Amino acid sequence: MIKTDRLKAVIPVLDTSEPEREIKGRSLWQDAWRRLLQNKAAVVSMVLLGIIALMAIFAPWLSPYPYDEIYWDYIQSPPNWDTAHWFGTDSNGRDLFIRVLYGARVSLMVGFLATGVSLIIGVTYGAIAGYFGGRIDNLMMRFVDIMYSLPFMFFVILLMVVFGRNIFLIFIALGAVEWLTMARIVRGQTLSVKRKEYVEAAHAGGVSNFKIIMRHIIPNVLGPVIVYVTLTVPQVILTESFLSFLGLGVQEPLTSWGVLISEGAKLMEVAPWLLVYPAIFLAVTLFCFNFIGDGLRDALDPKDR
Amino acid sequence: MILNRLGRFLTATTLSFSLLTSTAVLADTTIRIGNQGEPSSLDPHYLSGDWEDRIISDMFMGLTTEDAKGDAIPGVADSWDISPDGTVYTFHLRDSKWSDGQPVTAYDFEYAMRRIMNPETAAEYASLLYVIKNGEEVNTGKAPLESLGVKALDDKTLQITLTGPAPYLLSLLTHYTTFPIPKHVVEKYGKDWIKKEHIVSNGPYELVEWLPNTHVKLTKNEDFWDVKKLKIDNVVYYPQEDGPALIKRMRAGEIDVLYKFPSGQIDWLKTNMPKETRVAPYQGVYYYPINTQKPQFQDKRVREALSMAIDRHLIMDKVLKTGEIAAYSMVPPGTSNYGTPSYTSWKEKPMDERIAEAKRLLKEAGYDESHPLKFQLKYNTDDNHKRIAIAVAQMWKKIGVQAELFNSEVKVHYADLKQGNFEVARAGWVADYNDPQNFLFLLESRSKSLNYGNYENPQYDKLMEEAYIESDLKKRAQTMKQAEAIAMEDLPIIPIYYYVSKNLVANYVDGWQDAVNDKHRTRWLSLNK
Amino acid sequence: MWHYFFRRLLTAIPTLLIVITIAFFMMRIAPGGPWDQERALPPEIEANILKAYDMDKPLVQQYFLYLGKVLTGDFGPSFKFKDFSVNDLLLNGFPASLQIGGIAILLALVVGTLLGSMAALRKNSATDYSVMTVAMTGIAIPNFVMAPILTLILGVYLSWLPVAGWGDGEFKYKILPILSLALPQVAYIARLTRGSMIEVLHSNYIRTARAKGLREHLVLLRHALKGAMLPVVSYLGPATAAVITGSVVIETIFDIPGVGRYFVQGALNRDYPLVMGTVIFYGMLIIMLNLLVDVIYGLLDPKVRLQD
Repeated sequence: MIKTDRLKAVIPVLDTSEPEREIKGRSLWQDAWRRLLQNKAAVVSMVLLGIIALMAIFAPWLSPYPYDEIYWDYIQSPPNWDTAHWFGTDSNGRDLFIRVLYGARVSLMVGFLATGVSLIIGVTYGAIAGYFGGRIDNLMMRFVDIMYSLPFMFFVILLMVVFGRNIFLIFIALGAVEWLTMARIVRGQTLSVKRKEYVEAAHAGGVSNFKIIMRHIIPNVLGPVIVYVTLTVPQVILTESFLSFLGLGVQEPLTSWGVLISEGAKLMEVAPWLLVYPAIFLAVTLFCFNFIGDGLRDALDPKDR
Repeated sequence: MILNRLGRFLTATTLSFSLLTSTAVLADTTIRIGNQGEPSSLDPHYLSGDWEDRIISDMFMGLTTEDAKGDAIPGVADSWDISPDGTVYTFHLRDSKWSDGQPVTAYDFEYAMRRIMNPETAAEYASLLYVIKNGEEVNTGKAPLESLGVKALDDKTLQITLTGPAPYLLSLLTHYTTFPIPKHVVEKYGKDWIKKEHIVSNGPYELVEWLPNTHVKLTKNEDFWDVKKLKIDNVVYYPQEDGPALIKRMRAGEIDVLYKFPSGQIDWLKTNMPKETRVAPYQGVYYYPINTQKPQFQDKRVREALSMAIDRHLIMDKVLKTGEIAAYSMVPPGTSNYGTPSYTSWKEKPMDERIAEAKRLLKEAGYDESHPLKFQLKYNTDDNHKRIAIAVAQMWKKIGVQAELFNSEVKVHYADLKQGNFEVARAGWVADYNDPQNFLFLLESRSKSLNYGNYENPQYDKLMEEAYIESDLKKRAQTMKQAEAIAMEDLPIIPIYYYVSKNLVANYVDGWQDAVNDKHRTRWLSLNK
Repeated sequence: MWHYFFRRLLTAIPTLLIVITIAFFMMRIAPGGPWDQERALPPEIEANILKAYDMDKPLVQQYFLYLGKVLTGDFGPSFKFKDFSVNDLLLNGFPASLQIGGIAILLALVVGTLLGSMAALRKNSATDYSVMTVAMTGIAIPNFVMAPILTLILGVYLSWLPVAGWGDGEFKYKILPILSLALPQVAYIARLTRGSMIEVLHSNYIRTARAKGLREHLVLLRHALKGAMLPVVSYLGPATAAVITGSVVIETIFDIPGVGRYFVQGALNRDYPLVMGTVIFYGMLIIMLNLLVDVIYGLLDPKVRLQD
């Protein structure tokens, strides 16, 4: 009980408890935050991620070059400090450094938004299905099977046809596809958690289903959820490059890490810098997400102090 | 017979087995070709790609065929007579056999051409043969099959009647749409005649195995009429489409020839595989059709300004780097039956003059900084198309034009082109046969599906009509040049460059010659390892 | 349990029917058609082709025609690969995909759980960090980068393995594809195992088991691992379906005869019968595997009751 009370506060969106509880919750949230700050790997990761995000935001001021200008004398030239093409130039003679930063805008956004959407839908859906079980569960999970089976490509194309090309829509669409496995994981955990004594006790005590799901079920399945979230981030970032291939993602001259990496991969022996720099940025970001995720998990688990 | 084929099949498989394990030294030679495409069929009537052409033309042979340079030479026909008005060709067939020992007859040709023109066959490429009398009528179901202008006079004589003099006919007859098919087999097995256990062919090689998405293996056809001169016993085609992976296979000695290497690798190839890198002019043009139906592009000055402002040489030298030639006409130079194409008038003007002129034209058309010309430039997803579009958009920016780039997958792109759902877009055309008509017909108003920008100029159409019935080659060329001159004045398209073929050929492959149609039949090759 | 199993199998029929219906119309409404290509077809030729494939009929009629054929087990002819029916393509390609994907997923499962458990047991130690770094690298480097690097090193520089191809199906042609396919899965499974293993190790029943004086490896094997596998198993259902149906990237880079590329190529080519074939095929796999997962839940955790 104590555990779940503490945990529910970390999902304030879903929190429906009374005001005085919330105050208590907040202090516990601060408690978790304090513990997160004690985790060195997580702190370093947050700082790094912050730096990357700031670089993405202030990109235009960080390089003497615009992201879309062609420098005809520097087509596909290796990194050079004298010319301030720190990461070299791409096969159109555009500065790679600034393009990696502009790519960060798109990729971080897709990472956050799509993962966020998949997190919210997946967790809610999976918890409801697992908790109610029976016919509801069966129906909801068959819907998941259907979604799995539908060809993703046509799904996205149709979204575009209906709503027009819109970068935000892409992210939502990605999230709307990525939640399926999340829902299955949460449902599986829920099936196990809902038979635990404290849930059955709450049930017997007349607590409403909604509150049980919010207070007891979801907080107790967060461990695997956090891990799976850190795995979803790279997936959506790379899937975005497939959407760009279809012409549904970012359009030139804008770019994303996924696009830069898939372009660089084709030229890895000719112009390795085109692969290496965006790949480093992506890798560092994923490592950060990973360590923050682990730190968050530990900080939220009272048994693990 | 069956035993014989089985035996050959077994030797071929064991051979390729030992070859791939790269241990044994072999008596038989096998050439391995990176073909960049999975064939959609082995039925000559259901093909449309150059990767399919390479396989099928090793397996079958038409009335004429290609020499090592890709030019038309006698094939199954060893001689022919042409009527004075150039519309009736009578072919005399040599003694030749199908790979099951049956003779190849004129009736096989007649049967094949009636089949491809039959609307029920639903052959994609049938329109290529509309030059044959009643071809279009038969294919659209308006005339009976028997009325087609292809008649077998006896086993050894075939007569083809045309709608007009077509000096390119002999080149066209090397094309797989005109190949004979074995009447006795097709009638027996129907659509299944191309299955491994049934198929027979009349070309230098016959099918051993087709493993979809992995390889097509051919072996020498002992019944081929010129089999003694073949120096290569087996051919393996790999459908792999990943260019960089294919280059690695070549470096590891797993393949001998690679068609269409990816341009992005050119710097590396020039340094590390200069001898293997074969770049040669190729009969094709890369262009941007402009949608003349859109109000802003009905103004000729706008179209001309857009075309002028593109520094093609800069794109060739810095972006493509694979020796493509800057294009200022529809027909590539070096096309047969033509001479020098009609270029745009400003071809030789220096770039700064052209830019100034383009700016002036745009201003006259009513566009300036406060009211810039804006449109979308569409291209289908591909590294080269993208790089060119980026460069062109940048060049247009210099004359104050704002072009938004817009890529889509190939099917959506061409659906947009077909429906006129574009402003300026990327397109390309590679010749089916070596003749200017094969380029210029694209801009005729009746070529609905290929005249993407809906260019309509009655004068152009009239000149082309005249050319079709002209039997004097010089006059014909002259008329078509006039037509092209009109098009290059109107500029409904922006020519960007003429294609080059880009192949990697191992040093030990002998007999490889550059060919404008990029056709290099295995028949002429040998391995000198 | 058998009752549950069969009831679930029965629900597969309406599920598939819904999938077929939605996919059919979704695919047909999407822009671009099978014959939109660089060489546009003259309208009269396109008319011939549409007629040959019954595509000149109203869409709803086409749907019922298709449904009728599917019920007899006939997925129709492929538009793109004209010498083969969709049944041929899927049946000929699946063994290769199943073999490569099956080995890859088994490998990933064994190595992934092992690494994940190791990391969890020595949490925040050097072992943990190095295992997780390797795992994260496996996730951060997409397979279209990993596969070319592997072929470059092992195929081109060292000449230990063939760069690509299938030969006559010798095992050496399969090593690199299996590795490239397995690596990211190892990473995923290791991450998931570690996460839930840590959680399980702190739970009461493990403490009780330990307190009871059970030997450590018994505690780990019999209790901890079993409990920790729940999220991994949830993940494995769809992951297995995806891996054993092959990957377009791996199949293109290694030129191997699987069905993976039909999923993407079929869609890109607008090869409608092939798209439908892959959808139905994949749908059946997903349904079967998710059913299997649900049954395994019951085996792993007695608290989970199978109900219908």
